[in-house]
Amino acid sequence: MATRQEEYVSDSGSDYTEYWIDWFLGSRGNEYFCDVDPEYILDRFNLTGLNRYVDKIGLLVNIITDQTEISESQPEETRAMLEDNAKFLYALVHARYIITSRGLDKMLEKYRNGDFGYCPRVNCKLTPLLPVGLSDKPGVASVKLYCPNCEDLYNPKSSRHASIDGAFFGTSFPAMFLQTFPNLVPTHNVEMYVPKIFGFQMHSEAQMTRWRALKCEQMLSRLDKMGIDYAKNTPGGFIESAEDERFKKRDMDGRKQSAI
Amino acid sequence: MSTYNNVQSDSSEEVESWISIFCSMFGHDYFVEVAPEFIEDNFNLTGLSSLVPFFRDASDTILDLEPEVPIKAANVPLVEHAAEVLYGLIHARYILTKHGLRAMAEKYQDNCFGSCPRYYCQGMHLLPIGRYDQPGIETVRLYCPNCNDIYLPPSSRYLNIDGAFFGTSFAGMFLKMYPEIGTQCEKRTKQQFQLKLFGFSLNERAPGGSRMKWLRQHPQTKEELEEYKKCEFGIPKLTDEEDKKAKSDSGDEMLDVEKSKGSPGSQKDSGKEDEVAGTKGSGGESMMSIVKD
Repeated sequence: MATRQEEYVSDSGSDYTEYWIDWFLGSRGNEYFCDVDPEYILDRFNLTGLNRYVDKIGLLVNIITDQTEISESQPEETRAMLEDNAKFLYALVHARYIITSRGLDKMLEKYRNGDFGYCPRVNCKLTPLLPVGLSDKPGVASVKLYCPNCEDLYNPKSSRHASIDGAFFGTSFPAMFLQTFPNLVPTHNVEMYVPKIFGFQMHSEAQMTRWRALKCEQMLSRLDKMGIDYAKNTPGGFIESAEDERFKKRDMDGRKQSAI
Repeated sequence: MSTYNNVQSDSSEEVESWISIFCSMFGHDYFVEVAPEFIEDNFNLTGLSSLVPFFRDASDTILDLEPEVPIKAANVPLVEHAAEVLYGLIHARYILTKHGLRAMAEKYQDNCFGSCPRYYCQGMHLLPIGRYDQPGIETVRLYCPNCNDIYLPPSSRYLNIDGAFFGTSFAGMFLKMYPEIGTQCEKRTKQQFQLKLFGFSLNERAPGGSRMKWLRQHPQTKEELEEYKKCEFGIPKLTDEEDKKAKSDSGDEMLDVEKSKGSPGSQKDSGKEDEVAGTKGSGGESMMSIVKD
């Protein structure tokens, strides 16, 4: 760790010195990123294939891990380019790191803090979101947010997050996260909203809602048949709402069966 | 009336009307200006006097009328607050009228209420709604006509606006008034997000698998469209046949065999369900025919 003691003077011209990674994480718009262990970056195996996207990968790794600093003698453009490439490389490594067990732990903390925001959907009751990319190749789509409750995709609220490349988080992250921490899968909410006029439901919307409820029921019966316990009020299950007749019926059936 | 007109004609120079000041306040950009004629018609205020304290003073404040008896200094903030609540409740009624809807349509066009945060809604404009018509229960929510869902406003500055100031009926009324919004929604993608792990989709059987697909589903195949038709007046009961189909879909034959051997209770139950399907008659039969297709 002797290398870490070397200090890096950030380009932003601040007079205090800090590690490159800390500086990167602290800059505006990078709130979604977690810190990648320098050991992970230094392992060349983890960088396999990344030389396709950036040149001088060795130098960039040294910059990220504070082993060298961008020399002041170089022209302004070269320095800016090195800086950008270092950020880019770090972000690409980040996508790989967050699906390792250490990375998942760090992301868990960020998830718990709500660093990625909360689901805007009313019925999700502020479920924390997870960042996800639509492609693993950089430059395809910006980062999106996945809600594990409604299993849908949302745009980040703030424009400075909307410009982050989705490949910096990868397509597999939320799935890996929820498989690793199955107790974090929220209890799904089955409530749906139907617009009303003077208390009467709008017909076409209500019909669609009913059809969706039917689909939900079909799925529940499929799960039943497979003997999968999706018990209410447990992770991955469904919230039991007092008005929900489907669940009432289910309970009645259960009681009947046990009586027999 | 004349008092109001005076104020309005002056407004560009010095005095702005209470209504336009209120609507231009920070965080009040969801509101439209209610025509003073609407407020002056007492019929439109029916029932509000019991909901709002200082009703007379509040309505005078909104219309910029000098109160006959000066308001006590201690009551001024109370009256001011009452005026805001009263204005909101009148606003909820006003936006259901032709003029109100037109004013809201203009705001809708300018995307004043924001776009749907859902990725596949592709920036569909939202409509403000309340889930309750009584003030003081819940703040304003935003309805997306494309995904038929409600969302929280993106900024906390809207979190002190009562949902009752827009009312439960507004979104529905607006969509009925402007059916082109519906056609706009139909053109949008029906694509759904599928969570993948290294390129493989997660099955609904997996813990954390996709169990909410139905939430954003649209009927697309022939079977689904027929099912959709059946949902016109109620949710059809799942028949035994369908259950069987679900079984064969799952492909877990082994498990099924075990189950049918297992408990006599379940067999009895399925018999019962057969009866139910029988009594249902045509509905049940046509269900079966779907399954056979």
